[in-house]
Amino acid sequence: MKEKGLTLPAKGDPNRIVPPTGITALLTVFVAGAMAYLCVFALALLFSTDRLADRWADELARTATVRISAPPEQIPAQTAAALTILEQTPGVADARALSDDEQRVLLTPWFGPDLPVETLPLPRLIEIIETPDGFDAEGLRLRLRAEVPGAVLDDHTRWRRPLIEAAERLRFLGWLSVALIGGSLAAMVTLAASAALSANARVISVLRLIGARDSYVARAFTRRFTLRTLAGAGVGTIAGMVSVALLPASDTPGAFLSGLGFAGGEWLAPLLIPLVAGAVAFGATRLAAMRRLRETR
Amino acid sequence: MIELSEVSYSYGDRPLLTDLSLKLAPGSFHFLTGPSGSGKTTFLKLCYLELAAQRGRIEIFGQDAAELNRDSVAKLRQRIGIVHQDCQFLDHLPVAENIALPTTVAGRSPESERENITDLISWVGLTERATARPPELSGGERQRAALARAVVMSPDLILADEPTGNVDWEMSTRLLQLLIQLNKLGKTVLVATHDLALIRQAKAQVQARVLRLRGGTVQLAGTDL
Ligand SMILES: Nc1ncnc2c1ncn2[C@@H]1O[C@H](COP(=O)(O)OP(=O)(O)O)[C@@H](O)[C@H]1O
Ligand SMILES: [Mg+2]
Repeated sequence: MKEKGLTLPAKGDPNRIVPPTGITALLTVFVAGAMAYLCVFALALLFSTDRLADRWADELARTATVRISAPPEQIPAQTAAALTILEQTPGVADARALSDDEQRVLLTPWFGPDLPVETLPLPRLIEIIETPDGFDAEGLRLRLRAEVPGAVLDDHTRWRRPLIEAAERLRFLGWLSVALIGGSLAAMVTLAASAALSANARVISVLRLIGARDSYVARAFTRRFTLRTLAGAGVGTIAGMVSVALLPASDTPGAFLSGLGFAGGEWLAPLLIPLVAGAVAFGATRLAAMRRLRETR
Repeated sequence: MIELSEVSYSYGDRPLLTDLSLKLAPGSFHFLTGPSGSGKTTFLKLCYLELAAQRGRIEIFGQDAAELNRDSVAKLRQRIGIVHQDCQFLDHLPVAENIALPTTVAGRSPESERENITDLISWVGLTERATARPPELSGGERQRAALARAVVMSPDLILADEPTGNVDWEMSTRLLQLLIQLNKLGKTVLVATHDLALIRQAKAQVQARVLRLRGGTVQLAGTDL
């Protein structure tokens, strides 16, 4: 028996059962790549914001000061009164008046080492260490005002709050970007898959007529779009990671933007992008395919 | 094998088939005849569940067609060999792959089917054309390829819709011989055709019953054919 030229499909090879879809294939790869590239930056923004917020919080949290400004002869009494109140205040882990030496160290950068601290009418500083829960700043302020007229509580919240709000807003924008990118990818894959499904309506009906189950037909399409999205997103992710790595180093002083990037283990996070993109493509294609199949008996 | 009871079908509000009852016994050979537009193709579509009857009951292999879900419909179609009127090939695949397609979608490995398919292709005389694409085939070659695809899963029931349409007399004879061979192997065969000469030729060789579609229902044709 002649076997000449008898080519049979590899088992379940969907790339032969559905004819090539040409331009939609390229578009899918390209858009997946572009989305992944953008997503790397959104992730970098998220991580950088977290780091920045942590740093601000660390630097400003859990310390507060009470400043006693009074005629020199009243300072010791008022300091003692303030310390008593602080000891009784829940949320205060430790309160301690700075010694003259410590105050001199603080002032040295401005006035030099020979400042006669003792003879100057300087306010006395009390350093407060908060418990992790913190204390009720408003309540403490009211009590100090009533009992220690020269005391001013500086709890840094007025510095901290806007910074934390800014960090939170940035974080929100980061997540929003990730969500929008994911949504766009899903929308684009749905469009491309729907176009491919429409173009192959006949193939689908033939497959059903010869006994293909819905899942078999859907798989022919999901495989294709998932693989394309994986490939495009893989390239886009690597390109994005290279771009982030080439940004100015984060230890250059100051600017927030120079801090955009990944640190240590964070570099693993963008590697999830192609996988998530592939999953999104799979879901979108399968939904579109199942919807289309319901129109075919 | 297949049993219809008081089945009705209409496209829109014009009734096409009304109260049609029919039973095909296993191993039988039937012709379904009637003028063009009498509903032969529609009847076959009801049998392989491309259409759902609006009234009545269709039972295939003992299963009520109305109660099958989509996966069961697919499973059932794997047990029926269908020669479609318009062949229904995938034009981008070579003939051999089109013939093998039912086994592919049923999840069988192509290696285990290779011999079967090679035999089938030579049985229908398409060995030389195995790598051609369906659009490159002549009418007769297409019909033979469609028949080969219909029987690749060794179905017990074969439904053929005008298998000799668009082919010359010699080719009709050849296709008929293939169908008769299948029936002699024990397969139940139903051939829809308007070609009375073909029916006469067949009746000389097999015990074939002729059903005539008329006025929306089937009648057993007399011996006058
Ligand atoms: N999808 C359809 N929609 C509306 N009318 C149809 C459809 N298919 C077939 N018909 C009509 O139903 C009648 C029977 O068609 P068909 O079953 O193909 O007959 P046959 O195969 O005997 O020639 C014809 O009048 C045809 O125009
Ligand atoms: Mg017809």
